[in-house]
Amino acid sequence: MTIMTLDQAVDHALGQAMAADDRVLTWGEDVRLLRRNLLARFGNDRVRDTPISEGAFMYAGIGAAMAGLKPVVELYMIDFAAVGWSAIVNGAAKFRDFSGGRWDIPLVIRAGAGAWYTDGGQHEQAHWGTLAAYPSITVVVPSTPADAAGLMLTALQGDEFVVFLTPKLLDIQMLEYLAGDSRKTVDFTSIIPADGIRGEVPAVVEPIPFGTAAVRREGSDVALISLAVGVHRCLEAAEVLAGEGIQAEVVDLRTVAPLDREAILAAAAKTGRVVVVDEDYSRAGLTGEVAALLLESGTQAKYARVAVEQTIPFAPHLEHAALPNVDRILAAVRGLA
Amino acid sequence: MRVPTRLQRGPLARPRVTPAEFDAATIYRLMVRMRLVDEALVQAWHDGLVPGEYHSGIGEEGINAGVLAHLNERDTQHLDHRNTPPFIGRGADPEALMLEVLGSEQGMNHGMAGHMHLLEPELGTGCDGIVGAGGPLAVGAAISHAMRNPGAVAVAFHGEASMNAGMLMEAYNMAVAWKLPVVFVCKDNKWSITTYSSDVTGGTPVERARGFGLPVETANGDRVEDVFAAAGRLIERARAGKGPGFLYATCHRPGGHFEGDGLVRLLRTPLVMAAAWGPGLKDGVRAEGGGAAQKAGGVGEITKRGARAARDWAIGSTMDPLANARPLLAVGEADRIEAQERAEIEPVITAARAAVAGRPVFGTPKGGTK
Repeated sequence: MTIMTLDQAVDHALGQAMAADDRVLTWGEDVRLLRRNLLARFGNDRVRDTPISEGAFMYAGIGAAMAGLKPVVELYMIDFAAVGWSAIVNGAAKFRDFSGGRWDIPLVIRAGAGAWYTDGGQHEQAHWGTLAAYPSITVVVPSTPADAAGLMLTALQGDEFVVFLTPKLLDIQMLEYLAGDSRKTVDFTSIIPADGIRGEVPAVVEPIPFGTAAVRREGSDVALISLAVGVHRCLEAAEVLAGEGIQAEVVDLRTVAPLDREAILAAAAKTGRVVVVDEDYSRAGLTGEVAALLLESGTQAKYARVAVEQTIPFAPHLEHAALPNVDRILAAVRGLA
Repeated sequence: MRVPTRLQRGPLARPRVTPAEFDAATIYRLMVRMRLVDEALVQAWHDGLVPGEYHSGIGEEGINAGVLAHLNERDTQHLDHRNTPPFIGRGADPEALMLEVLGSEQGMNHGMAGHMHLLEPELGTGCDGIVGAGGPLAVGAAISHAMRNPGAVAVAFHGEASMNAGMLMEAYNMAVAWKLPVVFVCKDNKWSITTYSSDVTGGTPVERARGFGLPVETANGDRVEDVFAAAGRLIERARAGKGPGFLYATCHRPGGHFEGDGLVRLLRTPLVMAAAWGPGLKDGVRAEGGGAAQKAGGVGEITKRGARAARDWAIGSTMDPLANARPLLAVGEADRIEAQERAEIEPVITAARAAVAGRPVFGTPKGGTK
């Protein structure tokens, strides 16, 4: 075990896969600088800078995957993927199905996602619910370095199309780049969950299967279902609730698609109360999907959700209010009492 | 909509210029004001008062002022992430703009936008943080101008690196095919975020624009009189209904891609950055996978990038459009203009900073102290 940051953990797993399989390579904007350690290890052919051409370099990832490579195509943030959305929804998600399952698309789109560091509503979206709406896309969103490494390895050992989203708030390098954490005048400690940004990662990474949630905290009174930064907000809320005699279970979904339905239903059955905490939009997304799952299962569990209801504002205090913060989670739980 | 700001004295008077006539003093005043506001925001960023990213337009004032001097209130501007100078140049209220970038709900966009997403309908000016988006936005505006407002021009400002964004190339084509009154202003600072643009670009911006059938003018972006002359020809043409144009202007970005840029820190504090990056690079070279040639190539690439940055920043020190414009003015006039602008802008800066002073930036439902 070694202590690593979340971004180091992803690169650690990627490096392991690149050493084991010379078909694995990575490209994207500024990747030679961002992934400089992999560049020093594997050289220029396998770590490539791209022009600011999201449509072309994402579609090229599909072409490369279909012609024998296993590309990890990186974007600073998933918001930018919208420029080349067709590559994801009309290409990578479709071609395997169109081929009758005969032609795999072993492509990983790796991108930062999410908010909390004031980058404004065009640079802070989650989009994981939107992506998971399309058939044949695997959507991964880890909340810890160990999960990030294990899930990335699974993506690279498999042959399916994966969108791998790293919460930018948990990625030290992205915070330094995008939030100006290189300044000594800004202090992020009050919003960064320590367990999300840094943690133990095995020297040799083991794959973590997709579609398996992790129970982060056991509790019998209410189940908090979340992912990404939301998991850490839920754990913080659970501490407060414990002081009030309410025992909260915290479930980390880890992948939005496939969704671990059994884990959600088990937590609902155990507690009788479900609060879904999601940094993505509330409309037509993950929170509604969980509600449908509960209804279809016939459970009598009470349900509430805490998600993003509006364009994410820039001003820090307005942004904070719009996100699933601890106060909003506590209010939702108390509303189910 | 009335934008609420702390400003009690009303917007500052906007320097006026007469198109087709190069008035060095007025244009210099415009550039000084752009620079003062940008410098104030850079300082505020380093002081921890600007949350998130800040891309200054320092070094681009010559291009901004040289183009904007030709525009009237019917024209529209479609900006990118380096938008403080052109917003100020169009007459945006400096205090409202600063408050927005500082993250106050008293700002120009009520705290919803921040520096990369500013919009001011009263000035017909907006920006988009998505690289290349200004091009097609300008094309759409130009369609409206041609139909409802003949003689008005849409101007898109973009970098050379955004010319690898498909939608901008598609916009060039539409502008030419439909003979629209739009002028694309390419500001070439040689860098694509922190990647060297020529490493990831086939051909040159000018060849590429010509390939679409766009009439091209070129200018030294650090020489505002040069930009003014070249932009005037294209804008005049577009205004007369003769179709779009492409202005290519060179410039330098002394602040890097954005404040805190790793390459700039590498130049300014090499030992600190060597300590931060060195161990990881060493581990990469030592780790299994990749042959000796690949490892040498990878390390060489990082070294080359640092060397290119050092060279470009040395050259760039001679490319300050303000310094280069001073000889155009009568003796003592530049100093007098700077003193006047400073006297006007400094109270605005002080007021804006005071509005967010003492704010715990993150994790709080509270805004600035009232």
